[in-house]
Amino acid sequence: MCNDLVRWRCALVWCLVLIALSATLTTACASNGDANELIIYSGRSETLVGPLIERFEEATGIAVRIRYAGTAELASALLEEGDRSPADVFYAQDAGALAALAEGGLVQALPADVIERVPEPFADAEGRWVATSGRARVLIISSERVPNPPHSVFDLVNEEWRGRVGWAPTNGSFQAFVTAMRQIHGEEATEAWLRGMLANDVVTFPGNSPIVQAVGDGEIDVGLVNHYYLFRFTAENPDFPAVNHFTDPGSAGGLVNIAGVALLTAAASDEPGLAFVRFLLSEEGQTYFRAQTNEYPVASGVAARSELTPLDQLNPPSLALTSLSDLEGTLQLLQQVGAIP
Amino acid sequence: MTLLSGYAPFTARVRSNMPVVWVLALAAAGAACIPLVYLIVRAAQADAATWSDVLSESTLHLLLNTAALTLAVTATSAALALPMAYLTERTDLPFAGFWRSITIMPLAIPSYVGAFAFIIALGPNGSLQDLLAPLGVERIPEFYGFVGSWLVLTLFTYPYLLIVIRAGLRDLDPAIEDAARSLGQSAWGAFWRVTVPQLRVPLAAGSLLVALYVISDFGAVSMMRFDTFTRSIYVRFSSTFDRSSIAVLCLVLVALVAVVLAVDWSQRRNARYHRLGSGAARTPRLVQLRRYRWPSVFALVAIMAVALLVPVAVLFHWLSIGLQSGETFPGLLDAALNSMYASALAGAVTVAISIPIAIVVVRRPGFLSRIVDRVSYIGYALPGVVVAFALIFFTLRVTPGLYQTLATLIFAYAVLFLPQAISGLRTSLVRVQPGLEEASRSLNRNAWQTFYSVTLPLIAPGVLAGFALVFLTTMKELPATLILSPIEFDTLATDLWGHQEDVFFARAAASALLLLGCAALPMIILFGHDRELRT
Repeated sequence: MCNDLVRWRCALVWCLVLIALSATLTTACASNGDANELIIYSGRSETLVGPLIERFEEATGIAVRIRYAGTAELASALLEEGDRSPADVFYAQDAGALAALAEGGLVQALPADVIERVPEPFADAEGRWVATSGRARVLIISSERVPNPPHSVFDLVNEEWRGRVGWAPTNGSFQAFVTAMRQIHGEEATEAWLRGMLANDVVTFPGNSPIVQAVGDGEIDVGLVNHYYLFRFTAENPDFPAVNHFTDPGSAGGLVNIAGVALLTAAASDEPGLAFVRFLLSEEGQTYFRAQTNEYPVASGVAARSELTPLDQLNPPSLALTSLSDLEGTLQLLQQVGAIP
Repeated sequence: MTLLSGYAPFTARVRSNMPVVWVLALAAAGAACIPLVYLIVRAAQADAATWSDVLSESTLHLLLNTAALTLAVTATSAALALPMAYLTERTDLPFAGFWRSITIMPLAIPSYVGAFAFIIALGPNGSLQDLLAPLGVERIPEFYGFVGSWLVLTLFTYPYLLIVIRAGLRDLDPAIEDAARSLGQSAWGAFWRVTVPQLRVPLAAGSLLVALYVISDFGAVSMMRFDTFTRSIYVRFSSTFDRSSIAVLCLVLVALVAVVLAVDWSQRRNARYHRLGSGAARTPRLVQLRRYRWPSVFALVAIMAVALLVPVAVLFHWLSIGLQSGETFPGLLDAALNSMYASALAGAVTVAISIPIAIVVVRRPGFLSRIVDRVSYIGYALPGVVVAFALIFFTLRVTPGLYQTLATLIFAYAVLFLPQAISGLRTSLVRVQPGLEEASRSLNRNAWQTFYSVTLPLIAPGVLAGFALVFLTTMKELPATLILSPIEFDTLATDLWGHQEDVFFARAAASALLLLGCAALPMIILFGHDRELRT
């Protein structure tokens, strides 16, 4: 007991020391909001864009402070913060989150010369956000067990693929793909496809990486994913037994979703944020996306990796990316057919 | 449940009203209500269509799923934790200090990491499959869905119960066990008839922590593909950004939590667990395991092999792949220091805040103290991301200067983990005889002196348990840390998240292993020493 008492007093003293320390640190940290400092909320992770941000700091001399979190979490946090947000720029992983902020009146219009850097579908019609890189929906297929890959995602409901296909219905990219399918092929065809997939024993995964892992492990033979996940697996294991397969161009299976950026109305000053947007769309920024994140460059004049089907052959011209923000309808449909809780 | 004593119970009690304690307790309870107030404000903006959409048949299905999983995990966690607590605390188990520290470590493994490791190890074509293949096992049974979630959540939440039960065992007066033995009970009989009933408070408090954790968990159920209520909240939230419909869903969750809290409350007896009359509790006797000694060790090894060794082995496997390809891990040390610092602060602050609540709940039972106690559980049972939004809402309106500072972050942890500290404290406080405090007051010590020199040393095991619980859960906390931390304040949990998201497994494994190591260090200091027990 005596021993416990001594130990206990020591612990108490340490706690007091910690509290005192933290008080000093908190006051030191509280002085945020330098005018020549750029605060970015990034839904894209540090491993993806950190080196590019460092290059931006070197090139412009603008000090960047950045908060990394999920795109949905940050979009909701920005909506909750409103005009009081400390952030200047929102760098998002998908168009839906950017559209939600634009609807909420939290972003400012970008100048015309920035918007003109990208082809029409890759910027908001009112210039409130602009895409910086693109990623394609593909089928990841086992290079060992799939001699005749399907021509279209619609073939996956056939008996041949029973129990062999994986999807991630809770994943944002998948939901964007279903939204695109509703826009292009109609509600009925989409519902029939979803029900057909479920009836064909499609396997549900929590995200894209577990699907790629499962194709490699042999749990499934085909997965609905984005094109760049494979490159990360092959980086750690060059013999990873799976390949990307592009389905019929022009249909929802060839959707290209984007990462993009918006300038917030809460920004202390517009200049650093605008410089950041211009840097992402510059040749250096676009080349970085091609080489480092394995994505599609979107600005004119920078070509995609040679092993990927070129961008202009993938996307159906009729689809505007803002129409992908109608997630409510997709969610209801997915719930109705029983694909998500 | 009166303890043996030759003396009549105290009747003429000095009843002070403790105004300062009440003010502090009510303030803490008010802070715990912030998420609820936020949900009501946001839900009020929802239209009728949202309500009818939310209160549909599929919602009932989700509630049933959640309830079934909660019951199953709580029951198995208790079945694991009770014998483990007794073995490590009261018997001559070999290397008891080592086991005391190591058995609570699974709490530091984030549930999504644990679940992912299990899928890698036990899934189709996983490591276990490879091991069994030469024996002719072609495919091991599927464990996704309910079974997988049950397994993973049990293995990573039983330490909640273990920590609280152990604090209860430390405070237990051995006199009643000795009395049972002297009346002819075997050691086993004394355990079941006397010790377990005396542990009612920690068992209930720990079970409540496990149950509410299961309700709020997202990581394990999403990996295991099991549809629970919290999972559906996350799915909807990350797709629609519609905060009012999320708030409506969360209020349904609050209703479910209210049911759990009411059930828990109805189980509470107005029993007395402290010693009456004069004298102090002796140091408990060490139970001789004899021929059960090595089987007990074997059982602990088996449990730890599954709960700790499987995830750690998978993490080391990834790490070694990364090291072979020459990866380096910059910035990990800073993240580790930040994690330790924030978690220690959160533990200390949360325990400090919860002391007044524990005092009014134990010493002044009544309607008001019951409300104070119950509302403190709300933040803990809600999805972390919702609590984070509530604190954005609150901080920017009340103390905008403190938004995204360490102070706000620690406050958020306190709102999230208050019940953990209260559970630890309450377990110890029910054993403290009020007569001791009254004697101190009668000897001219004021209330603070009495608290510091009499009560605090007596409830030290509960304080340590509360600190340990909050420390370990803060180490792995993610959603509130991502949004509310000072900008560029990386912790091991955020580092781990950032890298597993992008399939940089080696780096993610490095941060996960470091997280475990940093969590283990204080636990070894707090629990690893040998206890001086009678043999």
